[in-house]
Amino acid sequence: MTVPVWLIPLLPLAAFAVIGLLCLRPPREKAAPYLLILALAASLGLSLFALRQIPPGSGHEGLVYRWMVVGDLQFELGVLIDPLSGLMLAVVCLVSLLIQIYSIGYMKGEVGYGRYFAYMSLFTCSMLGLVAANNLLLTYFFWELVGLCSYLLIGFWYRRPAAASAAKKAFVVTRFGDVGLLIGILLVAQRAGTFNYLQLQWEVLPAGVLGAGVTTAAALLIFSGAVGKSAQFPLHVWLPDAMEGPTPVSALIHAATMVAAGVFLVARTYFLFAAAPAALLVVAIIGALTALMAAAIAIGQDDIKRILAYSTISQLGYMMLALGVGGYVAGLFHLTTHAFFKALLFLCAGSVIHAVHTNNIAQMGGLHSRMRLTSITCLAGALALAGIFPFAGFWSKDEILAAVFHSTLPGHYVLYGVALAVVFLTAFYMFRLWFLTFAGSPRTDVAKHAHESPAVMTGPLLILGLLAVVGGALLLRFPPAAVGLSTFLAPNAAAEGGSSAVKYGLIAASLLVALAGIGVAWRGHRRQALHAESLARSLPGLYESFRRRLYIDDAYEFFVLRILLVGSRLAAWFDRHVVNGMVDGVAWLTGRMGVGLRRVQTGQAQFYVIVILFAVLAALIVMAAAGYPFGLRMVARP
Amino acid sequence: MNAIPLTWYLMLAALLFVIGLFGVLTRRHAIGALLGVELMLNAVNINLLAFWRHLHGTASAQVFVLIIITVAAAEAAVGLALILNVYRVFHTVDVDEINLMKG
Repeated sequence: MTVPVWLIPLLPLAAFAVIGLLCLRPPREKAAPYLLILALAASLGLSLFALRQIPPGSGHEGLVYRWMVVGDLQFELGVLIDPLSGLMLAVVCLVSLLIQIYSIGYMKGEVGYGRYFAYMSLFTCSMLGLVAANNLLLTYFFWELVGLCSYLLIGFWYRRPAAASAAKKAFVVTRFGDVGLLIGILLVAQRAGTFNYLQLQWEVLPAGVLGAGVTTAAALLIFSGAVGKSAQFPLHVWLPDAMEGPTPVSALIHAATMVAAGVFLVARTYFLFAAAPAALLVVAIIGALTALMAAAIAIGQDDIKRILAYSTISQLGYMMLALGVGGYVAGLFHLTTHAFFKALLFLCAGSVIHAVHTNNIAQMGGLHSRMRLTSITCLAGALALAGIFPFAGFWSKDEILAAVFHSTLPGHYVLYGVALAVVFLTAFYMFRLWFLTFAGSPRTDVAKHAHESPAVMTGPLLILGLLAVVGGALLLRFPPAAVGLSTFLAPNAAAEGGSSAVKYGLIAASLLVALAGIGVAWRGHRRQALHAESLARSLPGLYESFRRRLYIDDAYEFFVLRILLVGSRLAAWFDRHVVNGMVDGVAWLTGRMGVGLRRVQTGQAQFYVIVILFAVLAALIVMAAAGYPFGLRMVARP
Repeated sequence: MNAIPLTWYLMLAALLFVIGLFGVLTRRHAIGALLGVELMLNAVNINLLAFWRHLHGTASAQVFVLIIITVAAAEAAVGLALILNVYRVFHTVDVDEINLMKG
């Protein structure tokens, strides 16, 4: 029996419909999370069954509904079942399910409880649809839908001005990338005559219809959409602000799934990128730059969620770097493990915020003895993020580093150096966060009296913590498919070169660098030197620029306020005075002409007669001058 | 029989027309102006008679001219009535003073 994959996105949609129609108001809103969890559990089961049936490295289409035909173009609604979509479906269902369970506790007593789960179900539906779509256009629809849900959920507390403006910022900034994506999709459709992934990959590209220039342009335009969605430099500025939303939203949308959609899109259209080396190089450089920049900024932040947000940006840059250097499997593997441990870290942060009612790590401390479960799972997440053996992040990060090291791109050793620096920074900021939050002694009364969150919140933490510990084993043996992840995703890829000495050397290097980062953080912790003030003393100038987010937000502000706004004011002046002035001028001129001509009307009949007389005379003179034969032509009398 | 040439008639009519026109333009009294208009109308009548006689050799045009004179009499009556009403409204029949329609 084949699994009805098309049902996987539709189940959360059904939950959305039921919650949206019936469960928005208090008495019935209690049922909302359970409806969604039920739908998600069913979807998760289906997607795990589907995973078992997917043959490694090949794809086929599930149910395809032909929506409409315009000329030679077909618009289809269909699902593409291949290892990539299978993996992503399972990850999205699993993480979403755990986060919904967590939300029951976290969102308890909030106004708009039902609305929250309605949005969450719509988001999950859109994300699953995005992953399963079989053509570019359908992907784009869901792409915009997840953007909408992101907007709605960032602005969930829409009465707070910061949340409302963060939602707008996220929507507007990602729009810049989405315009490029749309143009790229239309370019592909116009040249290739189809949106369908399988046709593009197996028929259009081998036939060479697109040509090198168009392929590169299309790949770069699609990548611009990914830059917006995955918060890559220079469109990363929306993601830290998006932390104004509820923490489970940050965990699901802005860490585990939606922001990974950009990486997914590049992976989905990887055949285009593989045919355009220049585009791949751009992907790698943007990824490396983003990873380094965001990791540096993360050091300078004191808001627990913002640190994690910059960490997410940095890790997404890592995935882009992996894809850019040809490490397709490494990028997707990191996407998967990152989804687990970053969701875990955000949920831990949510648990902490739930307990101490502040986001500022300077006002925490000593929470380890008070929130033991949260602390230990957070430590597991931090070790996974830092890439310490044998946690999940170690395996995926190591894959990426190896892919960068062995790549054939020009200057890949520079990229490797950047990646290694990011490993150090990541370990440092993550353990700075952990030490400041959980170690030492409480710095405020609220932190002193904090206690552990309810089981409905710690349960998902434990499961995600377990995944953060053992997730790396997926690489060796991917349980549903009964083969290793790399065989599952790309069975035909050539085995990576390099002797085992190089292999273990790379592992040792990344481990040592990560341990050095943790060590520096540990030393800072022992000397009470992790606070913003002491860091600012030990890194003069540099720290301030990290704290100010490398002035990128300021640059945007300068650009928008000074240049764009002055430009718009000039345009507004031009519109008001020149364009509008021309219209007014016509009316004024007509009026003045009326006033002038008015004098002609004297009201005296005799004057009119004189005018008529002279006009007739003038006409006669003109006619005579023109040679009109005046004088009578005598006609003979009959 | 045909002693007087057409040109003479036309010159008479033109003279009459110009005299009438002069009256219309120069008289400040409304009735004077009306008289001028009557003269111009009759100049046209003379032209009609002269051309008819010249082209057809008959005097049938007298029928039309008599009708025109009758209508002109009625028109003069209307004109006088108008002037009378103007006088009642404006207390003057000086055409220079009657300029309500001035722009």
